Amino acid sequence: MNDGKKLFGVAALFDTPDEILKAAKTVNNAGYKNYDVNTPYPIHGIDKAMKLKSSKLGYVTLFFGFFGASFILFFMWWTLAVNYPLVIGGKPYFPLPAFVPITFEFTVLNAVLSTFIAMIAVVFNLPFNSHPLHDSNYMRNVTSDKYGVVIESEDPQFDENKVNELLRSLGGKNIERIFYPEQKEFKVFQPRFVVFLIIIAIITSVSTYVTLNKLMYLPPFSFMEHQNKGIAQYESTFFYDKREMREPVKGTIARGFIPYAFTGVTDTNEFYSNPLLPTQKVLKLGQEKFLTYCSPCHGNYGEGKSRLRGFFPPGPTLHSARVIGFSDGKIYNIITNGQNGIMPSYAYQTTRDERWAIINYIRVLQRAQNPKPSDFSAISEINKESGNASN
Amino acid sequence: MAIDYSLELAAIEGNPPLKELDEIIIKPMVTKPSRKYQIVLAITTSLLIIGAICIGITFYYGIGMWGNNQPVAWAFDITNFVFWIGIGHAGTLISAILYLLRQQWRNGIARFAEAMTIFAVMCAGIFPIIHTGRPWLAGYLIPYPNQHVMWPNFISPLVWDVFAVSTYFTVSLVFWYVGLIPDFATLRDRTTNKIRKTIYSVFSLGWRNSSRQWQHYEKVYMILAGLATPLVLSVHTVVSWDFAAAIIPGWHSTIFPPYFVAGAIFSGFAMVSTVLIFIRKIFDMEHIITLDHLEKMNKIILLTGSMVGYAYIIEWFMAWYSGSPVELFTTLNRAFGPYAWGYWIMVSCNVFFPQLFWFKKIRRSVPITLVIVILVNVGMWFERFVIIVASLSRDFLPSSWHYYKPTLVDMGILFGSFGLFFTLVLLFARTLPVVSLAEIKSIVPGAQPSHGENQHE
Repeated sequence: MNDGKKLFGVAALFDTPDEILKAAKTVNNAGYKNYDVNTPYPIHGIDKAMKLKSSKLGYVTLFFGFFGASFILFFMWWTLAVNYPLVIGGKPYFPLPAFVPITFEFTVLNAVLSTFIAMIAVVFNLPFNSHPLHDSNYMRNVTSDKYGVVIESEDPQFDENKVNELLRSLGGKNIERIFYPEQKEFKVFQPRFVVFLIIIAIITSVSTYVTLNKLMYLPPFSFMEHQNKGIAQYESTFFYDKREMREPVKGTIARGFIPYAFTGVTDTNEFYSNPLLPTQKVLKLGQEKFLTYCSPCHGNYGEGKSRLRGFFPPGPTLHSARVIGFSDGKIYNIITNGQNGIMPSYAYQTTRDERWAIINYIRVLQRAQNPKPSDFSAISEINKESGNASN
Repeated sequence: MAIDYSLELAAIEGNPPLKELDEIIIKPMVTKPSRKYQIVLAITTSLLIIGAICIGITFYYGIGMWGNNQPVAWAFDITNFVFWIGIGHAGTLISAILYLLRQQWRNGIARFAEAMTIFAVMCAGIFPIIHTGRPWLAGYLIPYPNQHVMWPNFISPLVWDVFAVSTYFTVSLVFWYVGLIPDFATLRDRTTNKIRKTIYSVFSLGWRNSSRQWQHYEKVYMILAGLATPLVLSVHTVVSWDFAAAIIPGWHSTIFPPYFVAGAIFSGFAMVSTVLIFIRKIFDMEHIITLDHLEKMNKIILLTGSMVGYAYIIEWFMAWYSGSPVELFTTLNRAFGPYAWGYWIMVSCNVFFPQLFWFKKIRRSVPITLVIVILVNVGMWFERFVIIVASLSRDFLPSSWHYYKPTLVDMGILFGSFGLFFTLVLLFARTLPVVSLAEIKSIVPGAQPSHGENQHE
């Protein structure tokens, strides 16, 4: 009749809570230790009838509640006062009142989770789906509307006939023998299980890596090669025309800009007159700009001997009678607009004043090539005044 | 007529056998969904998809798709967040506080209210994350050691909020699941479907309804209820500190924590009523979720509604009594400024209409209750809108005053959150027992021993 299966226990069902209470008390008084009462819902007074000690889970809550509170307080102190001390809102490094809300929340969280885990995993030893009671007719009834007692064969004074008799005398119905399920042996390292572990490991590490290093990646401040700025000549991923360099908004006028009436007009007879006097400061500026922009083609003294000759059409001398005869305004127009399709415009490289200063300097160069007799006497006078007898 | 107040109203009507209770409660889970259910689910899923598309648009183009602009940096996003967190509070109140107060009538509605808590907190959780603009960086709210040596600012109410809401969600989930374990065991032993059986077995954890288990279980349930009670009060308190710790006039106020908690319970009960009125009708549960339940909830709505009304009056009093011209201006601006329409919707829906519940006829009339609780939901949404937008739109600097108008995307996300909530509620109603089987059985007349000879031994 046993079919070689091991007997777990004998179970009986009852119809009313009063009956089960009486049954529990009688079974307990009969000296059984390994028995259980299964009911669809908690029955008042059953713990007294079974003489159960009250649950100790409250101490777990208490301990982990205190642990959570002290841990989070310590943690907040360590992060904000020790690991990275930072004055926030003029508060001290350890502002206890401001730490109260999080301490409270964490205490509750820790207490609840630890109590739950302690109950399920430690006290009940769940999950446990292979318990002998599962899938029995007895179990199907006690999870619905019947009340049951099961006396286990593990009990020291277990004797099947006596137990049957006791349960029957209590009015138990559907007395049922419950057997241990056939134990199926599984190797721990089955190939499928190992593959499962490997897949879990890969998914966990990839998702952690992607989350922390890609999704949540922020370049640390110290890496200055990553700067959130546009660099000229680079392709922009932001602007529609893909240029990092931006053109000024249409109609933008630079500071100090004064419009030139003859922009782009080369054949005009009306010119501006030079607003600058050939003072030493102006000539110094003119010299500097002349050497920078004009001398490559026209030569350092305007003599037309270009440093770029052979590479570029040579610039004409500035000492010809024709150039000497140009008015300042005409030269200004040539610098601004360019000439003959060979000399380009220098309007963007030089400012207005710089152009006029260059013209003044050109006049000096021209005068130096064709001095007047009065110039010699002026020079000797200057030399005499400064006591310069070295020449 | 003398009424004996010591007598409790029956938690369920009639005296059905325990098996029949199982049948009634499990029926929606095993029968084919009705046409009505499918239509409602189609509507809520459409709303959910609209919300998802609008959130997608927000992520693709950025927060500029919303109506938010300085100085109204918080608008629909935070309004919805506070609204949904508030909705959640009723669930914990019903399941934890009424449990501690030994209010047996809670059993019929507790499971449902707890589920609504979880879904509402899920809806709420979306908003603070998406309103940051770069939600994928939300992980930095968790204090984990990173290469920046960067820790969250534990002094900020916004970080308290993260801890409060995530704790609230986790604790609600654990509390709900602990209640579900015995029901999963019942389902496991009833079903003949192999897949269902496997799922139920996994979630029941092999629960055996043993008295040795029940004893610890009841203790833990009480501990969880005891911990959830201060937690639920703390959550909306912390949410209110998001505002009260700022210096914006109309926010910087010590009345905010109790005012917010009362409002949260008020709106939460209204939402629970709204949903339950439909659920008991659709699933034929009028005997389990009875008129008495609705009446009791209406009483709580009346109480909390009056508390909210009291808070409105106190705001006026404080505006005058504080002597601060800025406070006075803000209060006047709320009532008579550009957002006066929102203020008066709020006052009428939250203060005037719930007062009708003084009449027993109205408390026990399902259609009128439905209209009033929906109005309360509308009113409580507008309360948050008025607090947030009306205060921000006219702050200290008149030159930057700005009239906030929501965009279509704002509206889409709001409706999407309702879609998410009701979709989850509908799915829940058909996948899990909406009433706790173990608890409802334990309060049926005759379910407990008569204590004839066993009492006080």
